Amino acid sequence: MITTQNLTKRYGGQMVLNIEHLDIPKGQSFGLVGNNGAGKTTFFSLLLDLIKPSSGHIVNNEVQVDQSEAWKPFTSSFIDETFLIGYLTPEEYFYFVGELRGQNKADVNAMLAQFQDFFHDEILGQRKYLRDLSKGNQKKVGIVSSFIGKPEVVILDEPFANLDPTTQIRLKGIIKDLAVQKEVTVLVSSHDLLHVTDVCERIVVLNKGEIVKDIATSAETLKELELFFGGASD
Amino acid sequence: MFKRFLNLEWKSFFRSASLGKSLALKIVMIFFGIYMLVSLAASGAFLFVILQKLFPDIDPVLKVSEFMIYWLLFELVLRYFMQKLPVMNVKPLLMLPIKKGTITHYMLGSSVFSVYNFLSLFLFIPFCIVLLVNDYPSLNVLVWLLSITGLVLTANYVNFLINKSDKILVIFGLFIVSLYTIEYFEIFPLTEYAGKLFYTLYQYPLLVFIPLSLMIGSYYINYYFLRNRIFLDQSLKKKTKAIETSDLDWTKKFGDIAPFLQLDLKLIWRNKRTKTQVFLSIAMIFYGLVFYTMDDFGVTSPMMVFIGLFITGIFLSNFGQFIPAWDSAYYSMIMSQNIPLRKYLESKAGLISVSVVFMFLLSIPYVYFGWEALAINFSCALYNLGINIPLILLAGSMNKKRIDLDKSAFANMQGTGAIQFLIVLPLFGVPMILFSLLYYLISFEVAVLILSVIGIIGFAFKKPLLDWITEIYRSKKYGMIAGFKEKNS
Repeated sequence: MITTQNLTKRYGGQMVLNIEHLDIPKGQSFGLVGNNGAGKTTFFSLLLDLIKPSSGHIVNNEVQVDQSEAWKPFTSSFIDETFLIGYLTPEEYFYFVGELRGQNKADVNAMLAQFQDFFHDEILGQRKYLRDLSKGNQKKVGIVSSFIGKPEVVILDEPFANLDPTTQIRLKGIIKDLAVQKEVTVLVSSHDLLHVTDVCERIVVLNKGEIVKDIATSAETLKELELFFGGASD
Repeated sequence: MFKRFLNLEWKSFFRSASLGKSLALKIVMIFFGIYMLVSLAASGAFLFVILQKLFPDIDPVLKVSEFMIYWLLFELVLRYFMQKLPVMNVKPLLMLPIKKGTITHYMLGSSVFSVYNFLSLFLFIPFCIVLLVNDYPSLNVLVWLLSITGLVLTANYVNFLINKSDKILVIFGLFIVSLYTIEYFEIFPLTEYAGKLFYTLYQYPLLVFIPLSLMIGSYYINYYFLRNRIFLDQSLKKKTKAIETSDLDWTKKFGDIAPFLQLDLKLIWRNKRTKTQVFLSIAMIFYGLVFYTMDDFGVTSPMMVFIGLFITGIFLSNFGQFIPAWDSAYYSMIMSQNIPLRKYLESKAGLISVSVVFMFLLSIPYVYFGWEALAINFSCALYNLGINIPLILLAGSMNKKRIDLDKSAFANMQGTGAIQFLIVLPLFGVPMILFSLLYYLISFEVAVLILSVIGIIGFAFKKPLLDWITEIYRSKKYGMIAGFKEKNS
């Protein structure tokens, strides 16, 4: 589904990302972990064509992302709160995204109904603008909006950060459900090793812009990761 | 302690992001500031002579006293909109070992140095100097000045009290209107009485204790009000109100640009700065009156082309010059969401077109000054539609400065760069020069006709023009995304 070839990103003389080859097959739930500055967000930004690669390219479902916009209809994402429109209410935001993805209000409402638990009555019908919601609630809106319109690729940067424990657990359930469907490729980055091993079938560790581990998740994965990061901090 | 506070204030002013702007912008702003103050001071200085000429039998001090009430009311309204109690600055002080009383005194005390307090001083100090030169009793004059200062500071503190609710503004507005009505229909000679009241302050210097105690009183009301409310969850927090939403379903008529049009309408209506732009634009319709009633310009003079372009294109230039910076806070979302760039631009063009047509319709009454006025405004509207809309969108592709929508609306220069000043030249200057040439070389009719035809040609080529502009936006995409992420620009 997503193929990365000789991708590098430099700022000034500094190499912040250097991925020779990375193949993410369709339907995989893919986890990206790494310390601050490891290049996780850079990789996602390149995947969404928000920054220009210094060399190489990413092909998303046969579309080279920096050449054509044809990847947009089947790719959705939530990177950070700059993806939210502050002066809309959550409902309006969902409808807006729905409209962009060919879903009418009824479709969006039907879809939102599945997330009632996740919203915990703090999102819908609040008569508040997104800019006035708490960080955690903003995040919930952003995450759910990325599920609108049956995307084939969902990209979530640090989805667990800023969420309360209950919501984190519910989010894990939601991502697992997506992964089971096998049509949706989910890309998640996280600092939380436990969550990411729980949710993802494959985990790639980035360190200073390079892939240092590529693991198919198993019972030992968490140990292996803890060992790696524990050692790195020494 | 207060010395340290003042030091903080000093630093916050000189290190603020707005002061760290580009040099050119700084110079322009300083120039405007000086211009404002100098013209205030000059009118203060000449006020005496002017009043003496207009009302030779009446003491100018009495005349000034009569208008004092309106000046104070005007100041209150101005302050209501523009001046806020600097509460946000005290947040970091709360957890330091400083008494809350001290912090409150600091907040209220530092508001004395607000520029709004200097406005009236710049007007009245020159006036009083002229009075002294004209051999008015110096004790009376100086104490009168002190009284005025007391009243101005009272206005300063009263503003903080009334600033908390919109209702008070409405009551206030009604109050001013009814005062004026009473005066106008001569039901009660209010100005005269108010004038006498303020004049008494001049006659009897001892009465200075009244304005001064008003000032001290309002200060302490504020103090007690604030002192008990310096907590993060009370007066320091911005209020959020429950909001009404509307469907805007009628925009569906515009086809596939409807979602963007809805978004833009909400953008304009729900953010202070954009909302002010709309009101300013509509108010600008009266700008024409100034020039049409001036004898220096005939109704067919090229100056009227500027007026026509300006009136029909005011929203175009005010709103358009910050496209796409209005969307800067969520520009990466716009760029990664399933949005064709072309549709995005089309919707902006559509919105501005509507504004041009609307402003033209509003300008129709100018036909009173002759059919030429209507003809000029019509051709200017066409020119704006055909040429200036693509032009302003093109200029937008050079925008890389972020705009935070929730910042205040007045005198907000955020997102302004050299391009915003330069764009006026091609926007209004080029058609004006073109018109002048045709007007002096051939005739008025031909000039109007050619201006309209150019507009229509531009309109006919709208599609390829927009395609071309879309390509430019695409090629500058990465720079824009990066630029809009920079917070302190």
